[in-house]
Amino acid sequence: MTGTHRPSNRRSKHKDFSVALVTTVVALVLAIPVLSVLWHAVFTDSSSWQHLADTVLSDYVWQSFWLCVWVASGVLVLGISCAWLTSRFEFPGSRVFSWALLLPLAFPAYIIAYAYTDLLDFAGPVQTSLRELTGWGFRDYWFPPIRSLGGAALMLTLVLYPYVFMLSRASFMTQSGLTAEAARSLGASRLRTFWRVDLPLARPAIVAGTSLALMETLADYGTVSYFGVSSFSAGIFRTWHGLGDMNGAMQLAALLLTVVVVLLSIERYSRRRQRVDQLGLAPNHAPPKLQGWRAWLATGWCTLPLLLGFLVPVAMILSWLWQKPPSLDEEFVELIGNSMLLAIAAALITLSLAILLSWLRRFYPRPWIKPAVASAGLGYAVPGTVIAIGILVPLAALDRQLNAWLLELSDWRPGLIFSGTVFALLFAYAVRFMAVALNSVQAGMSQISPSLDRSARSLGHGRWSVMRRIQLPMLTTSLLTAALLVFVDVLKELPATLILRPFNFDTLAVKAHELAADERLLDAGPVALTIVLVGLLPVILLSRNLRHPRSDQ
Amino acid sequence: MKWIALPLMVLGAALPWSSYAEQNEVNLYSARKAELIEPLLEKFTAESGIKVNLVTGKDDALLQRLKSEGELSPADMLITADAARLQRAKDAGLFQSIDSEVLNQRIPAHLRDSTNQWFGLSQRARVIFYDPAKVKPEQLSTYEALADDQWQGRVCIRSSSNVYNQSLVAAMIDDLGAERTQTWANNFMDSFARPPAGGDTDQIRALGAGQCDVAVANTYYYGRMLKSDGKDKAIAESVALFWPNQDGRGTHVNVSGAGVTQSAKNKAEAIKLLEFLVSERAQQWYAEVNNEFPVVQGVALDPVVAAWGEFKADDVPLNTLGENNQQAVKIMDRAGWR
Repeated sequence: MTGTHRPSNRRSKHKDFSVALVTTVVALVLAIPVLSVLWHAVFTDSSSWQHLADTVLSDYVWQSFWLCVWVASGVLVLGISCAWLTSRFEFPGSRVFSWALLLPLAFPAYIIAYAYTDLLDFAGPVQTSLRELTGWGFRDYWFPPIRSLGGAALMLTLVLYPYVFMLSRASFMTQSGLTAEAARSLGASRLRTFWRVDLPLARPAIVAGTSLALMETLADYGTVSYFGVSSFSAGIFRTWHGLGDMNGAMQLAALLLTVVVVLLSIERYSRRRQRVDQLGLAPNHAPPKLQGWRAWLATGWCTLPLLLGFLVPVAMILSWLWQKPPSLDEEFVELIGNSMLLAIAAALITLSLAILLSWLRRFYPRPWIKPAVASAGLGYAVPGTVIAIGILVPLAALDRQLNAWLLELSDWRPGLIFSGTVFALLFAYAVRFMAVALNSVQAGMSQISPSLDRSARSLGHGRWSVMRRIQLPMLTTSLLTAALLVFVDVLKELPATLILRPFNFDTLAVKAHELAADERLLDAGPVALTIVLVGLLPVILLSRNLRHPRSDQ
Repeated sequence: MKWIALPLMVLGAALPWSSYAEQNEVNLYSARKAELIEPLLEKFTAESGIKVNLVTGKDDALLQRLKSEGELSPADMLITADAARLQRAKDAGLFQSIDSEVLNQRIPAHLRDSTNQWFGLSQRARVIFYDPAKVKPEQLSTYEALADDQWQGRVCIRSSSNVYNQSLVAAMIDDLGAERTQTWANNFMDSFARPPAGGDTDQIRALGAGQCDVAVANTYYYGRMLKSDGKDKAIAESVALFWPNQDGRGTHVNVSGAGVTQSAKNKAEAIKLLEFLVSERAQQWYAEVNNEFPVVQGVALDPVVAAWGEFKADDVPLNTLGENNQQAVKIMDRAGWR
C-alpha cells in the first residue's frame, strides 16, 4: 500500500479487497477467450501436428518473423521521423501533417492491399503501360511483386505507422520538451539531442506503438491471405479450414501467443528500472522554422506516408467508383448504422473496462493484478477468428447450461442469450481491442506523477474521489484517444464479426469483405470508401486533439 | 453518465437481442455470399410467405458455430459453397436425413448425399484457360498433363489454401491414388509461372496480360468477366476455355449445396426452401446470375455459359471430395504448394 495519512479501518480494507476482487474477475473474464485457446491447445490432440512440423511450420515461423521485422522497421522509421519533424520544427505543411499523417489509420489493411494490387499487379495499369511503352513482355523486366512478403509488410506498415507516430508525437510534445531544451542549451546539436534525449525519453511510447503494430501484424489475416504469404495466422486458418483440424489450429494460436507473451515480458523486463516522470509542460513558444532544402526535405518526407498510405488508395477506390457508380439504398444506410452502433458501444465498454483495470493496477498493486491486467490485453495479438472461437465455445456452453437449468426450474428456454446475440460481438471486441485502450490509458496515467495522488489523498480524498476529480480530467486526451482508436478498430474488424453476428445483421466490413472475397472489387469500392469515411471522423477528432495536447488542463 | 446511457439504449432498441425465431420462418446459415443468395430468398418469401433470416460467413466458422450451439442452435439450414464442407457437417452429425420426393427426383444421385443429409444446388466447373496466341488446344489434355515439362513456368493457379484447388486434388487422389497424386504435385510446382496468390479472376487476368500461357480457374468467374463492361471483358475475350480430362474421368465439378440441421425447429419450412431452390425458376436464376451450371437436368443454361459447349463432368460421388480433403492439403504441403 502506498503511504496514506488517513487511518485505515477494517471497513475500508474490506472495500479495497472487494474492489480488487471485482476488477480481477473482470480481467479474467476478458482473458477467457485466450485461456480457452490455451486450454484447447494443451488438452486436445491434433491429428496433424506431426505433418505441420514436418512441412509448413518453419515456413509459418519465418514468414511471420520477417513480416514483423519489416513492419517494425517501417513503422519505427516512418512513425518516429514524422513525429519528431512535426513536433520539433516548422516547415511547409507541418501543421497539416500533424493531423493528416493519422489518416491511413482509417484504412483496413486488406482494403489498401486490394487497391495496391489493382494498381501494381502484372495486369494492373502501371505495369501494363510500362510494357506498352517499352514493348517488354513478361520476364523481360523486373518489377517489385506486390503480392509478396515485402508487399504485405509495406501494406501493414502504411496503415500501422500512425500508432507510433501518434504515441511518440504526444511524447515528444510533452515529456521531453524541457529536457531537450536543456540539452540544446548545453551545446548539443539537434540530431544529437534527438538520439541522446528525445528518443530515450520517448521509448515507452515508441515501444507501446510498435508493439500495437506488431500485434496487429501477427493477427492480420486479410492481407497475408490475399498476397499468398504463409504467415502464422494464415497457417492457423489453413490448418483449421484445409486440414479440418481445429485443435491443431488452436495449438498454433497458443504457440503464437506464447511468443508474444515472451517478447512483451522481455521488453518490460529490459526497462524495469526506467522511470519517466514528467518535468512539466513543453515551453510555450514556436518551434524553429526550417529553411531551404531542409524544409523541402522535411515536407517531402512527411508527404511520402500520407501519399502512399492514404491518397493513392483513395484515388484507386475513387477510380472504381468511376467505373461503376454506386447506388445508395436503404441497406447501405442500415450497414452504416449497424457499424457505428457497434463501434460506439464497443468503444464505451472497452474504455470503461480499461479505466477500471488501469486504475486498479495503479492503486491496488497486488502481486496477481499485474499479470491479470496484462492477460486482458493479449487478445490483440490473436487473430480475430481465434478470439471468436474462444468466445463462441465457452459462451455456447454457458447458454446450454443455463437453458437446461431454466428448463428444469420452469418451462422456459431463453435460447442463446449470450452466444447468439450482440453480446458475443461486444465481448469479442472488448477482448480483441483491450490492449489498444489499456496502452493509451496506462500511458496517460504513467504521466501523472504519483505525488499528485499523494497530495490529494493527504488532503482527505478517497481513491474514487482522486480518480474523479484529478485523474479523469487529466486523462481526457488519453481517454479520447483510446475510445477513438477502439472505434476505428471495431469499424474495420472483420473475422470475429463474421463469425459471431446475429441473424440479418451485417456491417460495412462484412459487406466489403463479401464482395471482395467474391472477386468483385468494383462493387466493394463504395463500401470500402464508406468504412474509411466513417473512420475518418474520429481520426480527425483525434488529430485535433493531438495538435493541442493537454490544452484541457 | 447520460452520455453512456443514451447510445446503449439506442443499441438495445435497434439490435436483435433475442436469437429465437418466430413462426413461419427459416433461419439460414450461409457460406454463400449474401449477394448470391438474397435475391433468391426474397423470391421464396414472396411466393411462400415464409420469412428467411440470414447469417453469412465462412464455411468452417458456421460449422463450428452450429457445433457449439448444439440443439439450441437457431439455424434450420446450412448452405455451403463446396461439397467437402457439406461432408464435414454430415460427419459432425449436424445434418438430418430429409425424405423429399421432389429433391430425390430433381437432383441426380451423385450430386447429393447417399443418406440424403445434404443436396447439391448448383454446379461449378474448374477448367483450364489458355492464350490462343501461344497455345494450341491440341497441346492441352488433362490437369495431370499440366505437370509435364512443356508447361514449365507457364501456368497460373491460386494458392493451395483455396478450397477449389483442394477439391481438385481430392478428386485426383480418388482417380490416381495418393502416391501418384503426390508425384504429380511435386512436378506441378515447376509449372508455376509465379508464386500462387490472388483469386481465380486474377489468374485469368494474368493470363490475359501475358504472365502465363495457361491458367486454372472456375468457369463462373470467366462468365462474369465476359458479361462485364470494362477491361475485364476484353481480357476474357482474349483467352479461351478448355474442358480438361474429357477422355477420362471428366472435368472437375464441385457443388454449392445445403442440408437441414439436426437442431431445426422449422424443418417443414426448411424443406420447402430446399425444394424451392431446385425448382425450375430458381435453378435458372442461379445459372443466369452466377454463371453456374444447374444441378437439375433440362434447365436452360445462360446463353454465355451455353456458348462454352457441352462437356463431360467428373461424376465422382461428392462426399469423396470431403473425405479426401485433408489428404489433399497434406500432399500440397509436402509438394511446397503454398
